[in-house]
Amino acid sequence: MAAIDIAHLCRLAQLALDDAETRAVQGDLARIIAMVDQMQAVDTSGIEPLAHPLEGVQRLRPDLVTETVEPARYQSIAPAVEDGLYLVPRVVE
Amino acid sequence: MSTPFVTPRGWEAVIGLEVHVQLATRSKIFSGASTAFGAAPNTQACAVDLGLPGVLPVLNLEAVRMAVKFGLAIGAVIHARSVFDRKNYFYPDLPKGYQISQFQQPVVGAGRLTVGLPDGQEKTVRITRAHLEEDAGKSVHDAFPGLTGIDLNRAGTALLEVVSEPDLRTPAEAAAYFRRMHGLVRYLGICDGNLAEGSMRCDANVSVRPAGTTTLGERTEIKNLNSFRFLERAIEHEIERQVELIESGGTVRRETRLYDPDRNETRAMRSKELSDDYRYFPDPDLMPLVITEAFIDDVRATLPELPEARRARYRDTLGLPDYDAAWLTDDPAVADYFEAVAHASGDAKLAANWVMGELSAALNRAERSIADSPVTPAALGTLIQRIRDETISSKLAKTVFEALWAGAGDVDTIIEARGLRQVSDSGALEALVRQVVADNPGQVAQYRAGKDKVFGFFVGQVMKATQGKANPKQLNDLLREVLGSD
Repeated sequence: MAAIDIAHLCRLAQLALDDAETRAVQGDLARIIAMVDQMQAVDTSGIEPLAHPLEGVQRLRPDLVTETVEPARYQSIAPAVEDGLYLVPRVVE
Repeated sequence: MSTPFVTPRGWEAVIGLEVHVQLATRSKIFSGASTAFGAAPNTQACAVDLGLPGVLPVLNLEAVRMAVKFGLAIGAVIHARSVFDRKNYFYPDLPKGYQISQFQQPVVGAGRLTVGLPDGQEKTVRITRAHLEEDAGKSVHDAFPGLTGIDLNRAGTALLEVVSEPDLRTPAEAAAYFRRMHGLVRYLGICDGNLAEGSMRCDANVSVRPAGTTTLGERTEIKNLNSFRFLERAIEHEIERQVELIESGGTVRRETRLYDPDRNETRAMRSKELSDDYRYFPDPDLMPLVITEAFIDDVRATLPELPEARRARYRDTLGLPDYDAAWLTDDPAVADYFEAVAHASGDAKLAANWVMGELSAALNRAERSIADSPVTPAALGTLIQRIRDETISSKLAKTVFEALWAGAGDVDTIIEARGLRQVSDSGALEALVRQVVADNPGQVAQYRAGKDKVFGFFVGQVMKATQGKANPKQLNDLLREVLGSD
């Protein structure tokens, strides 16, 4: 089994874990991956990959504008709003 | 004009493009919120677009229809079954923390697009795939000190991402491909093609290798190019940067870069350093998309005449040169305008000359699109008729055109009001010619001594006397007759 790079996963998931949490997650992930390894050992050649557990197909809706948006309602739960924009810590390119 | 770009000696560039086409649906790809451009911030971002808990995406039929239409136009396989995946990354303009896209099973498979190159040759570029996905929101960086503002109106807008094979070899080829794609989506009516509003954006994958070799070099990706010129210049710059780097002993790193048009350079994007790991998986909120043969046939029946067919028709039926046919068919609005002028005037070649010449120059000067031309196709058609029936000379037709542009009335009114009617009364013209000849015995002697150039002097004198209204052909004939006699 490949070593789990917890630091990399935390960066991808934007999580900050302390040492105790890291150790706990390390153990959980090791068990999860062991289970995945067990599933991957099953011979699935000739079986079409499953995209969805249900048998249905995607429903399509007509191209109509059906939503009226009240930004004030949505923005009442935002930490910071100005001039109609949600404000977040600066992201720079 | 700047000097044309030349790939550094001994090197070859390999370029592939990903073009994001904003589909012209009224509502978003997975929600019923409006996609109209220019609304106040966040007034078109509904609960689904915001990724609030408990919402479910439902796919827009029109987006699927447009994707299929595009697929048919590039001769691609339409997959009977395709799957939507989650592409996971964190960025403030992506509220759900993932973008709904298609990864392993896109709706449109391999196709091709034929591109006209600057040297007049054509090249067929292979298209790998085209898939449906949702757009992200917009970040506003400059308005708030230390903060970034987020407008999610664009979040959830339907996009078709078209991925090409690395078949392009020069920046000019890449720009020609983007231009042809731009024309095609407007022919199909699936995108408004408004580059300034971001309706089409392009990412370029660029690598270099020693000329004559076949292995691919390490590539970089230049993001978010939204003009033909910027695309070309960004790739030019990136080719030069990579060659210089390798020649000075360095290696190209696989990375995402941004083009800065003000400085004409590309630089690495910091935020994308970790983004290679998108952890795609099928979106459990969406069932597989199934497209039936009947649906495909339905869409096929709505395909308009495509640019290639139109070019061939202009060449073969209207008898236009290749150059004119390609020029006029690039933009469907231009082609429609031209056809209306050709029909109204009864002369396709003259119509082509006027659309490509005077009209195009005037539109450029005024920075207007052909749809906003103050001169209607019918008016331009009448103007050309007046040239053909010799009511006015080609030269004075330009004066009439300017008056038409300025809104001075219809063609015949302008010609009469300004007295631009060509003098074709042979009696009046002959009298004038005889007068000019009699007034200039010196020049007559020179002409008769074999100095042919003096002929132009007489033409000029008569034109001056008639304020340019003499019928040029008639004038020439008369002059030769009078100068040759006695």
